[in-house]
Amino acid sequence: MEREIALSCRGITKTFGRVVANKACDLDVYKGEILAILGENGSGKTTLMNMVAGIYFPDEGQIYVNGEEVTIASPKDAFRYKIGMIHQHFKLVDVFTACENIALGVEDEGKYRLAEVKKKVIEITQRYGFIIDPDKRISDMAVSEKQTVEILKVLYRGADILILDEPTAVLTPQETEKLFAVLRRMREDGKSIIIITHKMHEVLSISDRVAVLRRGEHADTVNTADTSEAQLTELMMGKKVDLNIQRSEPKDSVDRLVVSGLSSKNAEGRPVLSDVSFTARSGEILGIAGIAGSGQRELLEAIAGLYHLDAGEITYLDPTDGHPENLRDKTPVQIRDLGVRLSFVPEDRLGMGLVANMDIVDNMMLRSYRKGRGMFLHRKEPKDLAEQIIEELEVVTPGATTPVRQLSGGNVQKVLVGREIAAAPSVLMAAYPVRGLDVNASYTIYNLLNRQKERGVAVIFVGEDLDVLLELCDRIMVINSGCVTGIVDGRTAQKDELGLLMTKSADREEATEEGA
Amino acid sequence: MLAFLVSAIRLGMTFLLGSTGETITEKSGHLNLGIPGVMCVGAACGCYAEYIYLSVAGRAAIPVLAVLIPILAALIGAGVMGLLFSFLTVTLRANQNVTGLALTTLGVGISDFMIDKTGSIFSKGSKYFTASLPFAEDLGWFGELFLSHGVFVYLAIVIALATSFVFNRTRVGLHLRAVGENPATADAAGINVSLYRYAATCIGCGIAGLGGLSFIMDYLNGNWEYCIDAIGWLAIALVIFTVWKPNLAILGSIVFGALYIASSYIVGVSFAGKELFKMLPYLVTILVLVITSMRSKKNQPPQSLGLPYFREER
Repeated sequence: MEREIALSCRGITKTFGRVVANKACDLDVYKGEILAILGENGSGKTTLMNMVAGIYFPDEGQIYVNGEEVTIASPKDAFRYKIGMIHQHFKLVDVFTACENIALGVEDEGKYRLAEVKKKVIEITQRYGFIIDPDKRISDMAVSEKQTVEILKVLYRGADILILDEPTAVLTPQETEKLFAVLRRMREDGKSIIIITHKMHEVLSISDRVAVLRRGEHADTVNTADTSEAQLTELMMGKKVDLNIQRSEPKDSVDRLVVSGLSSKNAEGRPVLSDVSFTARSGEILGIAGIAGSGQRELLEAIAGLYHLDAGEITYLDPTDGHPENLRDKTPVQIRDLGVRLSFVPEDRLGMGLVANMDIVDNMMLRSYRKGRGMFLHRKEPKDLAEQIIEELEVVTPGATTPVRQLSGGNVQKVLVGREIAAAPSVLMAAYPVRGLDVNASYTIYNLLNRQKERGVAVIFVGEDLDVLLELCDRIMVINSGCVTGIVDGRTAQKDELGLLMTKSADREEATEEGA
Repeated sequence: MLAFLVSAIRLGMTFLLGSTGETITEKSGHLNLGIPGVMCVGAACGCYAEYIYLSVAGRAAIPVLAVLIPILAALIGAGVMGLLFSFLTVTLRANQNVTGLALTTLGVGISDFMIDKTGSIFSKGSKYFTASLPFAEDLGWFGELFLSHGVFVYLAIVIALATSFVFNRTRVGLHLRAVGENPATADAAGINVSLYRYAATCIGCGIAGLGGLSFIMDYLNGNWEYCIDAIGWLAIALVIFTVWKPNLAILGSIVFGALYIASSYIVGVSFAGKELFKMLPYLVTILVLVITSMRSKKNQPPQSLGLPYFREER
């Protein structure tokens, strides 16, 4: 059967300054198929798709829709050719309802009537099996609902080619399954779906074909049925890589940080942490799993002394003599000096931890400036440290004196994590340390964490990818809406089990310790 | 009491025009602190046009033209100020706060310069603006309260209601609000962010300029007594006081007008006391600001207010 090509790109090139994001990329998408685009971070997946969606304009190359050459200069043009993109960072107006967001930017004939919009939205939801309340405000929605609105938005405009940029990064396994079911229904409806993702197993389960990009170039496109994880990885990296995390057995594990009954309310009076209790042990990686925004950030910040607590105790047991210290009485600086380190990679990467306009050396000094004597700064040590991190973690930067702002996201993260590890902590907290990192860099970070564990550090790792959590962590604590819904053994736990715990409503009696 | 209310309404409409203009501007995400200057320029251009028209036409002046020409001049003069603001902040990417403050200084200077040429008495022109409906006097207190006003009072209310309608019931309004809340989203939805910001700012400034003109021609009966930029700051305060809702601003403006002139109607207030009274609108605004930011999520300023938007920046 000869299939029709819905979209094809020929020789697309895009440069940002001196950085080449895409180099002579070719890509074909058929009607009624799901194409996965796979590639390392910075391989130009999102840039390529942004050009198809009209966010960027290609420097060279042509785009064909249904066989005709088209010029897509703005998102509006993209809509005209029935191309819709669901961005990784949702583009929704928080104070608007779902309907208002969907109606945004639509220029159809006739009067503007929200009731009509709503009718049509409900029609689409029934057709593909979405579950959504069209009158709910975005600010009141959960992440998966927001994503649904994004998808509805492009469907409402009659898109036939849908591009989804890392749609599952924010979803639980159950929600991902639901999304995939919807996508499959769309495929049957004859729509073309392009899905950008990092997660290999998802690529294999959802896609018909996989296009692999490597350093801005199109490496190859293969049929999903004929390929394997190993082959795809090789295509991505251009070489064979070992993707196994070496998980060693914890040695001489002792309690290092005992947290009991932490509770806190946010500014609006809603509880963000309720009665959180756990123990972090030395020489062990404690994973924290949960849907984004379930209180992970607040929990780690509370331990670091940066978030207020209404109740609870945090006891730190000194590694030398086991002397207990209550962290709640201490200032963030005192906590840090005890060796409790937070390498927090927040949603906006530069928001916390690094100063965007300062260079790598200066950012190193943010942690060490108190050490110097006198009123002048000592630049030598931080400079050495910066250079060491650049070399060891393979940070791609023109030099140690480049403003951090100009580095790509993954490299920023390496700098941040590298700095915290260099301080030889006894408790290391890392939240989303691999968010946005490519496969290679991710494994560098995992190995770093593992090395810290072997050194007897109590590592707390907040992660998104359940597969990684299961491979890396000794124990995994699951939280949902600020409540601990379970602590499981990382070696024996199943993914479904974690997924269920992530969505389980808080039931404190069941939050029992099953750890090592 | 009746005279007090009538006066409060007349003054209030100046605030209303200023704040409606600023609300339109702010809904697009532009925080234009140049409104006081814009109102000065609007007033000066209007007065200047009236001065020229009346000296050319002399006794043959047609009332309708005597009203329309200054209004047009005020719209254009103030609109150009809006264009300047947009050009600086959107195209040249200047900081909005600094640009706005500079515009205030500039506007006050321009208006002083223009008024210096014409003299500060426009009472001849003013009577065209304050002319009320002929039968208003026959209707007792009702007529005096609702029908005795000049053209600006009704114009202001119509503009405020129309603005409110556009915001909530039209596609243009939806797009404008989206631009002010989240320009990246609006951009991705195919809305021309720069165009909306330019247009909203120019239209908003034009309307605010009318406010300046109404203050001179209507409330002060054509006497350019003192610098009117204080009125502009109150108009900005009114935007916050009425939580970015032009229809609410109709009532809010009358409250502001009443508070502003209350001191003159209370016997035995010292000069210093009067100045304290004039502060009341600001005090009320601060209270409203505190209450709304504490309580509701709904009545908040546009999320991207004061923030620039450049598409490919990261």
